[in-house]
Amino acid sequence: MTVAPAPATTPEALPAIKHDYLPILLPVALSALALPFVGNPTTWVTLTVAALAMGMMIFVIASGLTLVFGLMDVLNFGHGAFIAVGAYLALSVLGLLSGWVQVDSLGWNLMALGLAVTVAMIGTGLLGWAFERVIVRPVYGQHLKQILITMGGLIVAEQLIHVIWGGDQKAMALPTALRGAVVIGDVAIEKFRILAVVVGLVVFAAMLVVLNRTRIGLLIRAGVENAEMVEALGYRIRRLFVGVFAVGSALAGLGGVMWALYRETLTAAIGGDIMVLVFIVIIIGGLGSVGGCFIGAILVAMMANYTAFLLPKVALASNILLMVAILMWRPQGLYPVAKR
Amino acid sequence: MLNTLLSGDYPRSRVLTGLLVAIVVGLAFAPFLFPGAAAINTAAKVCIFIVLVASYDLLLGYTGIVSFAHTMFFGIGGYGVGLGLYAFGASWGVIALGILLALLVGVVLAFLIGLLSLRVRAIFYAMITLAVASAFLILATQFSEYTGGEDGRSFSVPPSLRPGFRLFETPVFGTVINGRILAYYLVFAAAVTLFLLALRVVNSPFGRVLQAIRENDVRAEALGYRVVYYRIVANCLAAAMAVLAGAMSAIWLRYTGPDTTLSFAIMLDILLMVVIGGMGTLYGAVVGATLFIVAQNYLQKLMGTASAATEGLPLLSKLLHPDRWLLLLGILFVLSVYFFPTGIVGRLRGKPR
Repeated sequence: MTVAPAPATTPEALPAIKHDYLPILLPVALSALALPFVGNPTTWVTLTVAALAMGMMIFVIASGLTLVFGLMDVLNFGHGAFIAVGAYLALSVLGLLSGWVQVDSLGWNLMALGLAVTVAMIGTGLLGWAFERVIVRPVYGQHLKQILITMGGLIVAEQLIHVIWGGDQKAMALPTALRGAVVIGDVAIEKFRILAVVVGLVVFAAMLVVLNRTRIGLLIRAGVENAEMVEALGYRIRRLFVGVFAVGSALAGLGGVMWALYRETLTAAIGGDIMVLVFIVIIIGGLGSVGGCFIGAILVAMMANYTAFLLPKVALASNILLMVAILMWRPQGLYPVAKR
Repeated sequence: MLNTLLSGDYPRSRVLTGLLVAIVVGLAFAPFLFPGAAAINTAAKVCIFIVLVASYDLLLGYTGIVSFAHTMFFGIGGYGVGLGLYAFGASWGVIALGILLALLVGVVLAFLIGLLSLRVRAIFYAMITLAVASAFLILATQFSEYTGGEDGRSFSVPPSLRPGFRLFETPVFGTVINGRILAYYLVFAAAVTLFLLALRVVNSPFGRVLQAIRENDVRAEALGYRVVYYRIVANCLAAAMAVLAGAMSAIWLRYTGPDTTLSFAIMLDILLMVVIGGMGTLYGAVVGATLFIVAQNYLQKLMGTASAATEGLPLLSKLLHPDRWLLLLGILFVLSVYFFPTGIVGRLRGKPR
């Protein structure tokens, strides 16, 4: 939350912004807590890295959703459709570039993957733009209708995927050079997980830079705080919102590609499976907060991975408990966004 | 008499009255009018879903809160009766005990979810119920030693509800009154009772407060009604009714499993039925559920024919494939939220008073 430095001539310096570091400690505490239960440090490292990778994917998907909510008070239940469409677009591109995918060279593999991700992001971005115009625009300010209509959009989109790509489960093979694991000491870390963590961190860093260091970011943050005031100052918040919606959808597409590659299989219902975790994440993080979303994603992924190892039957239920615990502590989420 | 039964809430439209009378007569004499196992199955499903959809309308249409956990309560009812009958054998006492326990579990769960999420923001509720319902579905399939997992549980019902049972020695109007028909009438009677009770609830002063909250919760709060309290009570009532619908379903199907009670597909079906039938009127539940289930059974056949007829055209044939019937309904759903937010019943009734 940096603002332009106050001029030296100001008689009184602006009060320093208080940073709230407590939530940042939560993932660290959770992973430390899990260590004695898991027992074996090697397993613990593997689980933690898996959790970080999964957390990054969830964050990439959830960040767009939480920003859209923060900016325009629209909760898009159809977000899962972008995840699925992104994954299917990438599947088609990777299918066309099968030569690049199968050759055992990191460069060619990354090229193919990069191209697939680009197509997926452009496709889902455009789809998001259309979705905003056709589905969401007529129901601004009406929460009930928003939920219903975006849910309807999700049904239609899922059915169209069935029409275009067929309803059967597809295999989504990882490019050759990204298969297998890197062994450091006696810890084996899957290569794709490292890639996922890197991509997630890049997205998070880019988001922080755009939000905190650019004019657009300033307007977005101002819009989250008070949209009417931004409009009154002469900025077209609508146009800003369409942009954020499209970018959020593109990020969902990126997350969808990563998630499908992680699971190595793909069905039209892929969005629905992860959306549950995404919703938990944005509730935990505080609706509209990117930082909270990041920490929430890591927390949820850690909880999912540790409990999947310790008590596999209650993996998702443990995340509900996590959500309940955090809402008891901070009813508006980790980083509440002051609004309304 | 009729006024008391309908709680003074008449259909208020000739077409709607005709439609409702046709549906009620059709359901009441279904075993005689439409012979065959498939037809009576459809009729029983309509009865069960009328209750389920009406209870959902209590939440969505009357109180204005969106829940995605309604199938969870439906499932609790189904599993309560089903697992009881599976474990302790077929007797009426077990059914009663199962229903009571399921009601208890359902209402307590609804209360806890409501307490956690309805205090903060209504939109929280939609997300939290979605998460809780998914977790419940996974728990129900994971603990397979108790619940039968993905396969569910088949069980037997008390002897008088079995197909072999005969109420009379001679057929009535050419139909043998066997246990299945008795079971159907049990389901039908329960559906009528529950529906009329729900009608009583929404037309009571309590129901008026719920509608006030739907229209403007701040104003309702300012008038001195404790919004959270009303929302939570409505939530528990709807949950209890869904539990009973689940119990009806278990008794009729003699089977309980994730696909018939808990799956998200059923939640979407309920949503479609409420919106297409008409939010905010319980008659919408009757019309919506009936139309939807009849369409589900017969539209698919029609689409199959259409798909075969358009074999040569690549995309159209796929669009009309019988499995894609949800596509048409999804589009209908989106359109009806835009243009007919009051659904079929709302259109038929015209402007409310």
